[in-house]
Formats: sequence, structure tokens, C-alpha cells
Amino acid sequence: MWDEAEFAFALLVSGLAIGLMYSLIALGFVLIYKATDAINFAQGEFVMLAGFMATTALAAQMPIWAAIAAAILGMIALSFVLERTVLRPLLGRPVVAVIMATIGLAAILRGLPPITIGAQTKALPLPIGDEPITLWSAVIPPVQVVGVIVSVGFLAVFTWFFLKSRMGIAMRAVADNQQVAMAMGINVERYFAIAWAMAGVVSALGGIIWGSMLGVDTQLSLIGLKVFPVVILGGLDSIVGAVIGGLIVGVVESIAAGYLDPYVGGGTKDFAPYVLMILMLMFKPYGLFGTHRIERV
Amino acid sequence: MLHRESGVFKTSYAADMALYPLPIARWTVAAVLVIFAVVLPLSLHEYYLSIINLVLIAIVGALGLNILVGYTGQISVGHAAFMSVGAYTAANLAVHLHLPFWVTLPAGGLMAALIGAIVGIPSLRIKGLYLAIATLASQLIIEWVINHTPAISGGAQASIEVPRPTVFGVELKSQGELYFFLLAFAVAAVIATLNIVRSRIGRAFVAIRDQDIAAEIIGINIFRYKLLSFAISSFYAGVCGVLYTYYFGIANYEAFQIVVSIDYLAMIIIGGLGSVLGSIFGAIFVTMLPIAIRILVETFGGYFWDTAALSAVAASMRLIIFGLLIIIFLVLEPEGLNRLWRNIRNYFRVWPFSY
Repeated sequence: MWDEAEFAFALLVSGLAIGLMYSLIALGFVLIYKATDAINFAQGEFVMLAGFMATTALAAQMPIWAAIAAAILGMIALSFVLERTVLRPLLGRPVVAVIMATIGLAAILRGLPPITIGAQTKALPLPIGDEPITLWSAVIPPVQVVGVIVSVGFLAVFTWFFLKSRMGIAMRAVADNQQVAMAMGINVERYFAIAWAMAGVVSALGGIIWGSMLGVDTQLSLIGLKVFPVVILGGLDSIVGAVIGGLIVGVVESIAAGYLDPYVGGGTKDFAPYVLMILMLMFKPYGLFGTHRIERV
Repeated sequence: MLHRESGVFKTSYAADMALYPLPIARWTVAAVLVIFAVVLPLSLHEYYLSIINLVLIAIVGALGLNILVGYTGQISVGHAAFMSVGAYTAANLAVHLHLPFWVTLPAGGLMAALIGAIVGIPSLRIKGLYLAIATLASQLIIEWVINHTPAISGGAQASIEVPRPTVFGVELKSQGELYFFLLAFAVAAVIATLNIVRSRIGRAFVAIRDQDIAAEIIGINIFRYKLLSFAISSFYAGVCGVLYTYYFGIANYEAFQIVVSIDYLAMIIIGGLGSVLGSIFGAIFVTMLPIAIRILVETFGGYFWDTAALSAVAASMRLIIFGLLIIIFLVLEPEGLNRLWRNIRNYFRVWPFSY
């Protein structure tokens, strides 16, 4: 009995920690969707690319803080360029066109690293030691602690940004109705670029944290597939939703892996979140915190 | 297709919808058929025939996806999963019950259609982005289930070897024999699609794509037609998967991963959404391109990369070029190769005058 409680507690804590790190990746997706109505199927590839930028900077003998700064600046620049060249020409076109364009973008970004800097896995060590933190029966590696802190920090910053800052309020106006926002004197295109840049910063930190946990190679982009259950559960345009969705997915994964894996021979971790997501889509497609959109002709 | 028209003299809707818009179109189609049925198999080397065989299989799958995405406007990122459903259904039937291909092939198609219709159920409530995510999830779930169920996937390697198809007592082994087998199915798929598209069903699909609420108001049962579209599209995918299985002699889930779904999306975007000819162009283009890339990388890649890494480089180049093409066509020519082909035809229609 006591053993079981210990086991369940360990699963729960590791699920929550991983879940908050999923939220970090999902935040980038939500930011773009909230501000520009565009769906970024290349979020995982953004994260992967940020990891590659950091490892390349480290390989060039830069100190770790400079490598992190380089990855952030690099991702901001890349987001600006992509918004200009790919997303802006597709403004006003059907959703399907934007989805397919980002799928194409994902393919390009996944193909780039192997032909430029090589496909082998690279380590991305962060100067935080490797002494795990023990919490009763749960053991949390230090990189996950950093991930939790960064996620919570971003949540606080973005909540303040969208509720209080002038820029954040303008961005919400753009998301609500582009034409009206334009009529009120908001430079809509500028806010699109800002939203992509913010998503670039989030992806950069996500890439560094996930990269230091898993190692940086093209497999890192698979983390992007986990974004979808998170944002569907939480609601596509809700920052709180991204965090709660991440926590749910993390816990469901860890509990499914702990209790079901012995019976089905492993791999439930990659499977359970999608089942949950399909159920959510059938019964509550806008998620827990998403805005309901009512269509009128 | 290849003829030049001298004017439009149609006086009825029936004439406008006809399969052959002009009498000469019959002759064009007959000539194309003769080239494909007689000239190519007699003149081409086995290797080139094997490439054409892959194109023929891809045409079936691309037509199916185009019915769903191009004509009905419902996006699917899980086409390859339906192909795997067809492939494993047929492989199990062929190996365990020793059934011939004319039973396993429709069975694989029907099984895929059934699964496809189930996946299509959420499409009544959700669309666009949500549907893309739902089909992505079904791709991952179907892949996982097949991979983790030994009863379906046939054990640890998740692959089943199937016997070669037998037609009228002849076992199809060489590329030439398989060519006729696959050609028959590709032609059947083209004719079926042409007829679906110009019938009541096809017009309902187009109405749903253009404005679904308006379509419902003029009396189209949206739920039924969306499910029908998913089912038809998945039937094509299932048949395509069975053809792959018979062609390679093995059903393997690795041939039906999410990358393949994206390849098929690339086919219909590059070829032209909502066009039968476009699906054919796209299937040809997307099947031939990796071969061209591989040859180019093997010839010139040695100057830039390690020779040992060239096959990995070719795979990455393929991803990059496919992604670039998808974006370029979406941004610059949303109607794809089919539109370019029409522009060329329109230019030559009045040639040598400018209009």
C-alpha cells in the first residue's frame, strides 16, 4: 500500500515536471495562433533548430550564456524572415493553405541540419550540475527544475503582457479583428512580426532546455508532435490552457507509462495523449480554456 | 488533352459535363492508351518500367487524397495510415486465408474506407485546423496500434511477406507483368474519379468545399457527404496500400509513416488541388523527383560532402526540396502544375497570334 503510494507520487511529480516543459513548447504555438490566427506545424522544428544554434555556438568556443543569447537572437531573426517570406503572402488564404505551408516549412527545417552541420547527436551541457533533487519518492533531474522555473516565469510574464501592457492589449485587438484593429491605428503587420519573434524566443529556450535533456539531433523535432494534444486540451488560444494542458498531458503520459506499459509491452507514452486529444475533439473541440467561435453566414 | 480547339459550341449542360468535350478527345485518349499499353512496355528497360510502376501506384493514392482535400475541402494528414490499413488487411487475408488478389484488394479498400469513415466522424463538428490535428492523431494512433498488435503486424519486424498476385493462372513476377496489373488499376481509378467528380456526389463535394453552410441550406446532407468523401478517399488509399504490398511483396509499416502522408499532400498541391489531371502530374513529379535528386547528389555531392554520408544527404535534400516546392506552389501558383499546363495550352490555342 505504502509502496504503491510512493510509486504513484513519483509518477505524478515526474509527470508534472515534464508537463510544464511541454507547456513551454506549446506556448510558442499558442502565441502565434493567438496573435496571427496562423497554425505552426513547424513548432517542433523551431525547437530543434534552436538547439542546433546553441550547440553550434558552443562548438565555436563561446561561453554558455553567449550560446544561449546566440540561439535566442538567431531564432528571432529566423522568425522575422519566415513571417515575411512564407506567412505574409498567405494572409487571407484558407486555413488549409497555411497548414500545408508550415508542414512544408517543417520539412525544410528538418532537412537543413544534416547537410550543413551533420546529423550526429550533440550534447548541450548547461552549467547546473547533475545532482538530482529528491522529493520523497520522486527524483527530478536539475534540467527539469530549470524547465519548470522557465515555464512558470514565461507564464507570469505573458499573463502580465497580455493583460496590462500596451503592446499586449494591441496584440489581443489584432487577434480579435484585424480590420477593426487597423482602423484604430494599430500597425497589424508589425504585431504579426512581434508575435513571431516572441514565439522564436520561447522556442529558443525550449530548444536549449529540451536539447540539454535529450541531446540535439533531428529527433528533437518530434517533441513538436506533443504540442497538439497540449493545445487541444487547453484551448488553442489560451496561455493558461497551454500550461494546464501540458500538465495534463505530462501526468497522463507518466501514469499510462507506469501502469499500462507492463501489460502492452511499452510505448503507451506516445499513444495515450492522442487518444485523450481525440476524445477532447469529439466532445469539447475548443478545449478547456479556448474561445468558442461561432460561425455566422 | 493534346488537341487544339477551334471554339466552344456547347448548347446543353449535358454536353458541358461530358467526359469527352470534343469528338477528337476520344482519339487523344485512345492514342495515350496505346502509348501506355503497347509502346512503353515494349520499348522500356525493366528499371524504367519499375519507376513507372511506382508512379501508377501513387496515382491511385493521389486521386483519393485529391477527392478529399481538393474536391471536398477537408484536410487529411493521415492518408498513409489508411494505406497501411489496406496493406495489412490484404496481407493477412492473403497469407492466412490464401485468398487471391481480387478478394484481398477490395477487402483492403473496404477496411480502409470503414476506418476512414470513423476518422471522418469528428469532421462534422470540427474543420480546418482541428481536422488536420485529428487526422494527424489518427495517423499516429493507427501506426502505433499496427506496430503493437502482433495479430495484425505479424510479429517483431511488423512486416508480412505476401505471395505474388496471380492473374488467369499466371504469377506476376517481372516488372513488365506487374506493369499491366498496376496500369489496369490506375486507369480504373482515373475513370472512377472522373465519373464521381461530375456526378451528383462530386457536385455535392464541391458545394461543401466552397461554402458548407450554403450547401446545407440547398439541401445537401453535409454529414453524409463528408463521411462519404472520407470513405471514398480512404478506399483509394487502401487500394493503393494493397498495390504497394503486392508490388514489393511485403507489407511493412515503415512504408506508411507520416512522411508518406506529407508526400501525398505534396503531390496534390504541386499537381493541382481539385483536378484529376493535376493528381496524375503530381504523382509523376513527386515519384520522379527523389530519383533525380539521388542521381544529382551521387554525381555532384562528392565535392561538398563525405562520400559515405551521401545517401543521408540525398534524403535531407529530398525533404528540403519537397518543402520548398510545397511553399513555392502555395504562394505563387496555388492551382499547381495543372494550371501551368492549362496556361501552355491556352497559349498554343491561338498560336501564332497573341489572342
